Amino acid sequence: MRHRRLFAHWIGGLGWRRWLVGALAIGLLAACTAGLGDGGWRAEELSVLRTLALDTLKPLPPDPSNAAADDPAAAGLGARIFFDTRFSGNGAVACASCHMPERHFTDGRPFGVGVDVIPLNAMTLVGAAYSSWQTWNGKADSQWAQALLPLENALEHGGDRTFYAHLIAEHYANEYTALFGALPELGDVARFPRHAGPVEDAAARAAWEQMDFADQNAVNQVFANLGKVLAAYERTLLPRPARFDRYVASLDDAGRSQGEPILSADEIAGLRIFIGKGRCTECHNGPRFTNDAFHNTAIPGAPDIPLQRGRIDGAALVQNDIFNCLGPYSDAMPAECTALRFMVAEGDTLLGSMKTPTLRNVAKTGPYMHTGQLATLADVVAHYNGGGYALQGHNELTQLNLTTQETRQLEAFLRTLTEEAEN
Amino acid sequence: MSRLSRLRSLFILLVVLSSAGCAGSMGMHMSSNPPADLDYSATRTSDNGLFRATYTSATTPLAINELLTWTLHVETMEGAPVEGAIIGVSGDMPEHGHGMPTQPQVTAELGGGDYRVEGMQFQMGGWWIVIFAIDAGGVQDTVTFNLKL
Repeated sequence: MRHRRLFAHWIGGLGWRRWLVGALAIGLLAACTAGLGDGGWRAEELSVLRTLALDTLKPLPPDPSNAAADDPAAAGLGARIFFDTRFSGNGAVACASCHMPERHFTDGRPFGVGVDVIPLNAMTLVGAAYSSWQTWNGKADSQWAQALLPLENALEHGGDRTFYAHLIAEHYANEYTALFGALPELGDVARFPRHAGPVEDAAARAAWEQMDFADQNAVNQVFANLGKVLAAYERTLLPRPARFDRYVASLDDAGRSQGEPILSADEIAGLRIFIGKGRCTECHNGPRFTNDAFHNTAIPGAPDIPLQRGRIDGAALVQNDIFNCLGPYSDAMPAECTALRFMVAEGDTLLGSMKTPTLRNVAKTGPYMHTGQLATLADVVAHYNGGGYALQGHNELTQLNLTTQETRQLEAFLRTLTEEAEN
Repeated sequence: MSRLSRLRSLFILLVVLSSAGCAGSMGMHMSSNPPADLDYSATRTSDNGLFRATYTSATTPLAINELLTWTLHVETMEGAPVEGAIIGVSGDMPEHGHGMPTQPQVTAELGGGDYRVEGMQFQMGGWWIVIFAIDAGGVQDTVTFNLKL
C-alpha cells in the first residue's frame, strides 16, 4: 500500500502524458499477474481445464463382448444380484459388500472383506465401464469378465460356477431365460453338481474335472451371462458433476469465473498445481481424471502382504482368461477386441505398475492405493511430492518439491472433485 | 538523468519484468520441455535417407486415451511408392522413459505405398515420438515422427 502511494505521488508530478505511460505499464503488470492469481487462466490452461470437465465425457462406448450390456432388463437383473448375499459361499457376501453405493462403490477399508480378508483395496465402479482394463492390474478386459473373478475367489465370494448356476435357476430363472433362453438341465445333479468349478476348493475342483466338456461349457455360458448382467448394471454407474465442473463451466473465454466464487483461492491454487508443476494430469487426465493406463509410482508395500507385481501378472492373466473378449463366451468379433489385440504384454515397465484410478470422489474413497497403504489424501500428496523409491521395477515419479502450503492447496483442490450432492 | 528518461527506463523495466514473469510461469506449467527445434511435420525422411514417409491420422486433432488408426505412406526419395514392406511401430516419451500403453501394429497394406497402422494410443499430453522401422526388400531404415499432444 505504501509503495502504491509513493508511486502515485511520483507519477502525479509528471504531467498527463507521462502518467499515461505509467498507467499502461501498471495495467500490463496487472494483466499478467492476474493470470497467476486467483482465477484468471491463460488460453492453454483453460483448454486443459475443459478437458477435465465432466461435460466433455463422451457417451459410454459399447461393449461388443457383452450383447446384454445396454439392455435395461439385464441391468435390472444385475442390480438385484449385485446386492444379493446368497451369491457367496457363506451366504453373507454380495458385490455390494465391498462396492457400497453410499461410498461411491468402495468400502472405506484398506482391504476388502469377503468370506475372508482380501489383500486388495476395492476400486470404485463409478465410470469403470469406460476403461479397457478392470482391477488394479487389469487382469480382466471387460466388466463382465471382471465380475466373475471375485465370485470364484476363495477369499471374496468363495463360490463356484455350478453353485451360481443353481442359484440363478432357483431365484432368477424367469428373468434369466427371458434374456438368454433356457437354462441347462441343472436338476440333474449327477451331471451338474451343486458345487463344481476350477476353484481352490479341492472337492469342487474334482467335481468340475469329472463333468462332461459339453456340460462344463453349458455352465460356463450361464456363468458368463451372470457376469454380463452384473456388468449391465455396473455400466449405469456413471460419474456426476462436482463443484470443480461447475467452476469450469463458469469460466468465460478469458478464463475468468463469473458470479459467486465457486472455488476458494486455495482450491484454485491447488488446481493450478494439479495441471502444472504437480504433473498430476500426466496420468490423471480427461474428464474421469485417469488415463486407464498402468504406472509404477513407487507405492510402498503393505505390512504382511506379499509385494504385488502389478500389470506384469495382470497382462498374463487376461491373455489366458477364457472369459476375455477373444474367448468363446464373448459376443465380439475378434477384430473388435482392440484392447487385447494391441495390448502390451511384456516389458520392464509392467513390473510394479498399477492402473491409474479415477480421482472423481477421491476425498470419499480412501484409503488409497492397491492395498490401502496410504490412509489419507495428505499421505497421497506427500508420497507424490517426495518421489518415492520403487521396491520393484522402474519408478516413474520425480520429486516435486512442493511447499507445505502447496501440498495443502493440492489436497484442497482434490476435495472439489466430490459429487456435488455431497460436497 | 531526466525525469522523462527515468520514466522510460522504468516503463521498459516493467515490460521486461512482466513479460519475464508471464513466460517464466508458463514454462513452469509445462511438464515437458522438448528441444525447441523439433520437426513436428507429418512427412519425414528416414534416418539414412532411404525413404520418405507421411502419416495421416483418421482422428484429428490427435487425442489422448483413444485408440487411433493411422495410414502411413512410404515412398522412395524419388517418389515411387514402396510396396510389400514389413513395418514395425513403437511410440515413446523421451522424457518419461516409457512408451505407449498399447503395442500398435501395421495391420494391412492398402496399396500404393499405404499401410494401415492400428492400436496407437497416447496416455498423456507432452512430447511423443513414433518410430517406424521399415524393411522393404531387405533395405532397412527407420523414420521418426515428433508429436506434441
